[in-house]
Amino acid sequence: MRKITYRQAIKEALAEEIERDENVFVMGEEVAQYNGAYKVTEGLWQKYGDKRLVDAPISEAGFVGLGIGASMLGLRPVMEFMFWSFCYVAFDQLLNNGSFCRYMSGGLMNVPITVRGPANGGTNVGATHSHTPENLCANHPGIKVVCPSNAYDAKGLMKTAIRDNDPVFVMENTLLYGQEWEVPEDEYIIPMGKANILKEGKDISFIAHGRAAITALEAAGIMASEHDIDAEVLDLRSIRPLDVEAILATVKKTNRVVLVEENKPFCGVDAQISHIIQEEAFDHLDAPIKRVSSIDAPQIYSMPLEKIQIPDARRVVKKALEIC
Amino acid sequence: MAETIEMPKLSDTMTVGTIVNWLKKEGDEVAIGDMLCEVETDKATMELENLVADGVLIKVYIPEGGEAPVGSPLCAIGEKGESAPEVEAPSADEVKEAKEDSEDDSKEEEEADEEPKKGKKEAPKEDTKPEPQGRKQESASKEEKPAKSDGERAKVSPLAKKLAKELGVDLDDVEGSGPGGRIVKADVEKAAKEGPKPKPVAASSAAPVSLSGAPIAEEGPIKVTNMRKAIARALTESKTQIPHFYLETEIDAAALMKLRADLNKDLAELPPEKGGIKLTVNDFILKASAEAMRRVPGVNCSWMGDSIQQHGGVHLAFGVAVPDGLVTPVIRDAHLKGLRQLSAEAKELIKKARDKKLKPEEMSGSTFTVTNLGMYGVTGFYGIIAPPNAAILSVGATIAKPVVDANGQLAVGQRMAVGLSGDHRVIDGATGAEFLMALKTVLETPALMLV
Repeated sequence: MRKITYRQAIKEALAEEIERDENVFVMGEEVAQYNGAYKVTEGLWQKYGDKRLVDAPISEAGFVGLGIGASMLGLRPVMEFMFWSFCYVAFDQLLNNGSFCRYMSGGLMNVPITVRGPANGGTNVGATHSHTPENLCANHPGIKVVCPSNAYDAKGLMKTAIRDNDPVFVMENTLLYGQEWEVPEDEYIIPMGKANILKEGKDISFIAHGRAAITALEAAGIMASEHDIDAEVLDLRSIRPLDVEAILATVKKTNRVVLVEENKPFCGVDAQISHIIQEEAFDHLDAPIKRVSSIDAPQIYSMPLEKIQIPDARRVVKKALEIC
Repeated sequence: MAETIEMPKLSDTMTVGTIVNWLKKEGDEVAIGDMLCEVETDKATMELENLVADGVLIKVYIPEGGEAPVGSPLCAIGEKGESAPEVEAPSADEVKEAKEDSEDDSKEEEEADEEPKKGKKEAPKEDTKPEPQGRKQESASKEEKPAKSDGERAKVSPLAKKLAKELGVDLDDVEGSGPGGRIVKADVEKAAKEGPKPKPVAASSAAPVSLSGAPIAEEGPIKVTNMRKAIARALTESKTQIPHFYLETEIDAAALMKLRADLNKDLAELPPEKGGIKLTVNDFILKASAEAMRRVPGVNCSWMGDSIQQHGGVHLAFGVAVPDGLVTPVIRDAHLKGLRQLSAEAKELIKKARDKKLKPEEMSGSTFTVTNLGMYGVTGFYGIIAPPNAAILSVGATIAKPVVDANGQLAVGQRMAVGLSGDHRVIDGATGAEFLMALKTVLETPALMLV
């Protein structure tokens, strides 16, 4: 099968959906004439023109509000954040209007908006540009949060997100944009809320999302080659809806869990998952649930230190060996 | 329109029932006649039948293990998708109140409830608690953690703990291989495969156990079951309110034993469909009691406060020991039944009693009770009267002992001691004695039972 990059996969998803549905348009800072800050939308403006690729001013609150209004009237906007870190200036639009409009209108008004962009640290861009707000956003009932870990998922989930009638926040990762993965030529979509087993295993489960799933996969390789321990890697794909069934299934299979995320640990996604596991599968645990998260501090600007701050495969292996 | 099903009154003394388990789940289709759940009362565990409607079990109000007072809603049956009527769950106070209605001394019960909590808090303080020598009871303050000899709490994973329980593995015998010595699944599985380790004390049987200083059983409060509570209540009431008097006589059981042996020799070998049956001594006692009651109907009476009720038929209760207490199933119209029928009914009731399947009507309405401890070798004893009976017959073991025979010679006799506890409000010593004489006549001339 052909291999394409994560960046290319997202672009294909956008292009296919623009062609499929005349209501779909992409808006964001420099998405059109500049081809996108991370070149995700490269060539799309030339191909589809001003109506489908719209450059926005540097005002997230403004253009997200515009997108939410447009979606209420039946359009399907795909809003790009240069960094998800900038969502903080558009909080009211995203998490008051976006998340609760359908509820507050008694189901009369949908907000079929997709908001996408990178949400990751590890690129030496400092504390205010390195947020991973999947936990914050997923805390709001009404919002769906997707964190694709690879090109195949990025494309399939992006198409699902655009077709979804509720706000879907797709959190990408600049460190993954260049990674290649097998992606079929034929059209496909991935259902929302279905976790994916990246690697089957029987001794311990690594549960992760976004780039941390790739880190976990690497760690599973080390576990097998150096410690003869067969780890299973479960990629959550979406934080909300959360595939609790898949989580419990892997816990019941291996009886040991390490949760891996690039989110900060305090009130992180894995805090919630840890709670679910202990409540629903307490009697299936053969060891305490372990977590590997980013170190609990503002994102460190120093490059060597930031590398230590974010989970890597060695840290996952070390944590796993504590309970094996 | 959804119908709610309420906790039925399944016995005359029942105030609260416990849902043992639900046989149907929410969302299941249920038809009239289906069994919905099992309810434990103070006397037995019974299945609750759907008598109200065909439909879907749309709501379960009381979860498994939950208690509900008589008359409070247990579940709702309606159409698929229909929402269940909202009901107020019985509060802990209501359940308690209902229970107290049936307890004479509510304060005592409160204290009993407190006890286990105290026990639980204090238990871990005992550092070097030796293992009990004898049986381990299911104590009210249940401690699941295995105590290590150094007094530290052993580390066991939740999975290993659950598995150990399922496989019957004693965690004290398991070495933990996990981090920090934690007992994990693999350790329990290994232990289950290898079987229990021989205990050092058990291995040297001659070793004086008293030296270990261990208690004879695990110390601490034991949870009082509904049945235990019912026994405590009923018998305290009986022994404190009924003026008991006691009579005793000895039966020459030789003829009875011979008849039983003769009958069994022939009948016990036959298949049931050809009339095969194995008669127990108790079967003969039941038959003889019914016959003696017929001869002395004055014993077949009940004290009603301002009158005495004479019963026209003999409804014979007999004690059956079950794991956590005893029950007294009743054979109705025993005076009309032959030995074979009495035996068959008694066997069936005993089986039901052990399976906790006796229905309330099978445990109530007796006019006389027989209790037999002969099989335990007890030579003689007296029972406590079960109101509204006027008497209870207690039967001891048949033992071989020296007797003076009809010719004034010493001989080996088969003797059975029987006792009668009587309610002096209803019967006097002479009536009781007449009854025992009649019983003696029948048992010593057992052919009388055959006519």
